Amino acid sequence: MTAIALQPQVHPAVEGGLHLEVTGISRQTESIVSITFAAPEGGRLPSYVPGSHLVVQYGSGVNAYSLTGSGNAPSEYTISVLRVDEGAGGSVAMHRLSVGDRVNVSRPRSAFAPASTASHHLLVAAGIGVTPILSHARAAVERGNTASMIYVHRPDAGAHVTEARELLGPGLTALVECTSRDSFQSVLAEALITQPLGTHLYVCGPVVFMDAVLEEARSQGWSSARLHSEAFGATELDAGEPFTVHLARSGVSLEVPAGVSLLETLESAGKTIPNMCRKGICGECVLPVLRGAPQHRDLYLSDQEKAENTTMMCCVSRSNDPELELDL
Amino acid sequence: MSSTIIETDPDATLLPERIRRFPFPFANDTYRYSANVEPATKDAPTEAGSWGTHLVDIDEHYLDELAERAKVLERDASRVNVLPHMRGSVWDALITLLSSMADDYPDTMSFHRAGNICRWHNGLQNLDIEFTVGDDSSLPGGPMRFLGSQIQDDIILLDVREDTLWLDAGLVTFAADWSFGFDVGMNFTEIHHPVPRVNEERIVSRAEQFLLRLQPGEQFRRTNWTMTIGRRLDTSTETYPEWGPDRSTIADDPALPEKLHLRVEVQHLIRLPHSGALLFLVRTHLLPLSDIARVPAWRERMGHVLAELPDDMAAYKGIIRYRKAASDWLLGR
Repeated sequence: MTAIALQPQVHPAVEGGLHLEVTGISRQTESIVSITFAAPEGGRLPSYVPGSHLVVQYGSGVNAYSLTGSGNAPSEYTISVLRVDEGAGGSVAMHRLSVGDRVNVSRPRSAFAPASTASHHLLVAAGIGVTPILSHARAAVERGNTASMIYVHRPDAGAHVTEARELLGPGLTALVECTSRDSFQSVLAEALITQPLGTHLYVCGPVVFMDAVLEEARSQGWSSARLHSEAFGATELDAGEPFTVHLARSGVSLEVPAGVSLLETLESAGKTIPNMCRKGICGECVLPVLRGAPQHRDLYLSDQEKAENTTMMCCVSRSNDPELELDL
Repeated sequence: MSSTIIETDPDATLLPERIRRFPFPFANDTYRYSANVEPATKDAPTEAGSWGTHLVDIDEHYLDELAERAKVLERDASRVNVLPHMRGSVWDALITLLSSMADDYPDTMSFHRAGNICRWHNGLQNLDIEFTVGDDSSLPGGPMRFLGSQIQDDIILLDVREDTLWLDAGLVTFAADWSFGFDVGMNFTEIHHPVPRVNEERIVSRAEQFLLRLQPGEQFRRTNWTMTIGRRLDTSTETYPEWGPDRSTIADDPALPEKLHLRVEVQHLIRLPHSGALLFLVRTHLLPLSDIARVPAWRERMGHVLAELPDDMAAYKGIIRYRKAASDWLLGR
């Protein structure tokens, strides 16, 4: 079965994105597979910021995966996926893809960018967290910056190890591989006190691992401005819960599903709502609320206005109550 | 009181292109600061025509304005600056804009890239050039100066770090009463500090949050306006002695309708795809009041906006001494 058959509808998270073809599959380790996508008609894909991720649709769900390239004028995108059998199903679906399958993906999204002013980049990865770190290492080499990398993986089970080693040179000046917790502890402790002035640290891996690395860096006097960790989805609003909206003057009720905005729902029902930015900033799509508590997600209303719950910006805001009543 | 005969074209299609394509900024009879952002490259109709389908707008003034920019840069090197960490962002901006122009003007422009080798053809300038991405010496004057020789817009690059925007590179020759050389290295809040009302109304912090949340590849735009005496693009702080004195004489000048221009900036806000920096383009359009008056709806609306504008805003825009004379003329008083 091809992935396209599993995607009857484009998920809102990948709307306005790209429709790509699987052009390569390669096994990295027993549980990690690399998947390469390209435009079916060939040609260049949008460049991306190092450390970016791609939201990939599988069936009715979506998952975000880090891109492993440098992001400079790419003609293909590569992600690596760890199979998680007890997960929501995304990784299992990715592992089932084969060459020639079509997938809906978002445009690359940046949430883990390198700092332009860093004098040196200290890259720390654990397990599958190597994917955005590899992207950073490649970009540093390409841009003529310097980076060093600490990579923790199980013995003989490191993804992208060969590629990381091949990057070693004037750009990636050091690669330390650790296969035990103890060796990593001493390597990290040493690295945190021997970096050049102006070094930024980037970490990706399991949450507990990232927290431990960041905590230790802070205790060594690193300011948070120089610490970066991968946080998927931090820059986008989540799909939210479904709710019902009752339009008092029109006398109709509409269902607002998760992942669909109130503005889109009203437009689908034939209502014309003035709007400009559709991002909760311009203030055009303000609507009067008669009943219920909106879940304000805009940047337009003041805290006081938000607390009053008499108006809401329908492009981004949703409802805390199961039902909202609007003067519409 | 003087009486004025205003020529009004009955049919908008007879209006010259400079009026039909002018981005008239007023939607109402009053004006206040707002974020007023909308997605870029969307056709915006006006009473006289429309504007805004292209990211880089090329008009009848193309060669003249680029020649004027070259002269300004020759006189004053402080109008261009690229802090060292912004080199990659400048290349990113150049590639993004040349590709966009080639897509929008296929009859006169083309852009091809193979690896890092690029070829750019600009038929309006009889220019055909090959260069290498990342090699500053492969373009005359480097990538920022070269970009400034291809587009009429002023160019500003903001670095994104520590949840803040920093003005760290740019080429600005047509500033409206500010100094690029003074602002380089400042953050978003510092840059906007002199603007009245915007901090109290949280417009600056909201705009910054919006810009920080833009994803690479996203493009938005907004308009801003002021007024300029004479068709003068370079009204930067550096040249104030040349244009400042006109402000105190224009109110009594019988040639006010021809000399006084509505100055509209079409500002584009673009998150660059590879560097993640924010590219802020400012394209300046000037139209004299005598042309504004040829569109009756514009004449009336602008007259009311000028008459109603609060004093602090009129003072900041530098129009307080002549705005009454201008609105009186527009409203036929």
